[in-house]
Amino acid sequence: MRRRLAPYALILPGGLWLAIFFVVPMVVMLSFSLMQGDVVNGFRLTWHWQNYSEGLSTYDSQLIRSLIYGVLATVACIVLAYPVAYWIAFRGGARKTTYLFLILLPFFVSFVLRTFSWKFLLADDGIVLSPLKDIGLLPQDFHVIATGFAVVAGLTYNYLPFMVLPIYVALERVDPKLIEAAQDLYAAPTQAFLRVVFPLSLPGVFAGVLMTFVPVSADYVNSTVLGGTNNTMIGNIIQNLYLVNTDYPQAAALSFTLMAILLIGIFLYAKALGTEDVLEVATR
Amino acid sequence: MSATIVDLEETTTAKPRRARGRWGDRLLYGYTWLIIVWLCLPIAVMIAFGFNDTKGRLNLTWQGFTFKWYAQLFSVPDLTTALVNSLTIALIATLGSAVLGTLIGLALGRYRFRGQGSLNLVQFAAISAPETVMGASLLSFFVQLNVGRGYWTIVVAHIMFSLSFVAVTVRSRVLTLDPAIDEAARDLGAGGWTAFRLVTLPMIFPAVLAGSLLAFALSIDDFIITSFNSGSTLTFPLWIWGAQKNGLPPQVNVMGTLIFAAGILLAVGNAVIARRRR
Repeated sequence: MRRRLAPYALILPGGLWLAIFFVVPMVVMLSFSLMQGDVVNGFRLTWHWQNYSEGLSTYDSQLIRSLIYGVLATVACIVLAYPVAYWIAFRGGARKTTYLFLILLPFFVSFVLRTFSWKFLLADDGIVLSPLKDIGLLPQDFHVIATGFAVVAGLTYNYLPFMVLPIYVALERVDPKLIEAAQDLYAAPTQAFLRVVFPLSLPGVFAGVLMTFVPVSADYVNSTVLGGTNNTMIGNIIQNLYLVNTDYPQAAALSFTLMAILLIGIFLYAKALGTEDVLEVATR
Repeated sequence: MSATIVDLEETTTAKPRRARGRWGDRLLYGYTWLIIVWLCLPIAVMIAFGFNDTKGRLNLTWQGFTFKWYAQLFSVPDLTTALVNSLTIALIATLGSAVLGTLIGLALGRYRFRGQGSLNLVQFAAISAPETVMGASLLSFFVQLNVGRGYWTIVVAHIMFSLSFVAVTVRSRVLTLDPAIDEAARDLGAGGWTAFRLVTLPMIFPAVLAGSLLAFALSIDDFIITSFNSGSTLTFPLWIWGAQKNGLPPQVNVMGTLIFAAGILLAVGNAVIARRRR
């Protein structure tokens, strides 16, 4: 009897913490998304589904922009990270850990501080652009900050290590004998890569997409710092509605819309890849 | 005669392929370093401008080398308070999530029980849900309960999002352990607590430590969830966010540099200890 209760005793404190401060708040937010009212007079649950339709029609451009930026940054991460992960996994030799450590180095500096550092580097009269303008390589009014490009580049920068790691782990597991076997069967190096190595690394790419696409699409730090006022994402709107306008019902409805879209996107992507169980890949 | 031999060698297929492979390797090697430089560029700038001899608060152009910001590290009182908040919150949150996460990790690694699937699902959701949504929902919860936001709501939030990371790390270590060792300790008369303290804990300790380091890093760096639940309390990232309109003082760079250095020392130290144990 004691043995059977033991696991429950172990998970009780942490499980309760997650239930009270993660699961219950989600339910509270769900109920908020169907409420009407304001901070002064209080909020009442009126099953006001219009919060969703109004949110979608008012902020559709930010929502679409978030998804486009999310997809662009995720694709950029895959393209930039794959060769790095490949080289470290197959040619890193004894220094594999050192290279991985170097890739993870940015995590030792605050995310916000790193993003401001880019703003500083890429400023209109900053240390990168102003010499190029002085020697006439760039027009005087050229700018990077406050463009969509800067936001996508910043997002790519901040989340690249999250893509390198899972792809590396997947490639590291590929048995070199399989590549040899492919070559023995007269596969050219490109064929061996496309037909053997690449398919085996797809679970890693999937995990990487999971770890980048979701936070990237919901981010508002990069768009605020690097995007100026014309490139706001849905995260900016949610944060603003919550903390400045205190329009909790509208903000809650937008949060759920965002999460639903991201979940659907991930599951469609999993289906397309042929992954049977998203959770299985993710929790492995 | 010798010319024909060279010709023969060049017509064999193996050699050009190997040569191409070597070029490809070199290209990839250069590319990997390019990415590493790109990743480290903003860090280098941050460190360098902590040594910049600026006159006012603005720290935008290089004025000469100085150590004075290291000497005047604590001369911006709000910033110092924010840094102390960040450090103490990270410490409390790490302790909390280390204990709660380790217990969950032990349960998940050692037992099969009803409800395991839902616990895994909740943990997976807590790891992968967008921070904006998690921060917003927790704020909704505190608003609904009329709880004022501040220092302790930040601690609660940080324990919430980092405990699953500890649990996952500990679980994977527990799975590699032989349950017979624990049973042997009990057969030799050790009680549950004694067996845990003297047998299980030392074996899972590297994982607990790794999970705790991760929790600390997540906590001290967190901006989004914290910004929703901080009230008027400021942490280091929140202070930077609020101050940047007027320009960041060099002390920010110095503190960033010191946190960076401490983090690297801890990580390298941990790796060295782990290697020596093996």
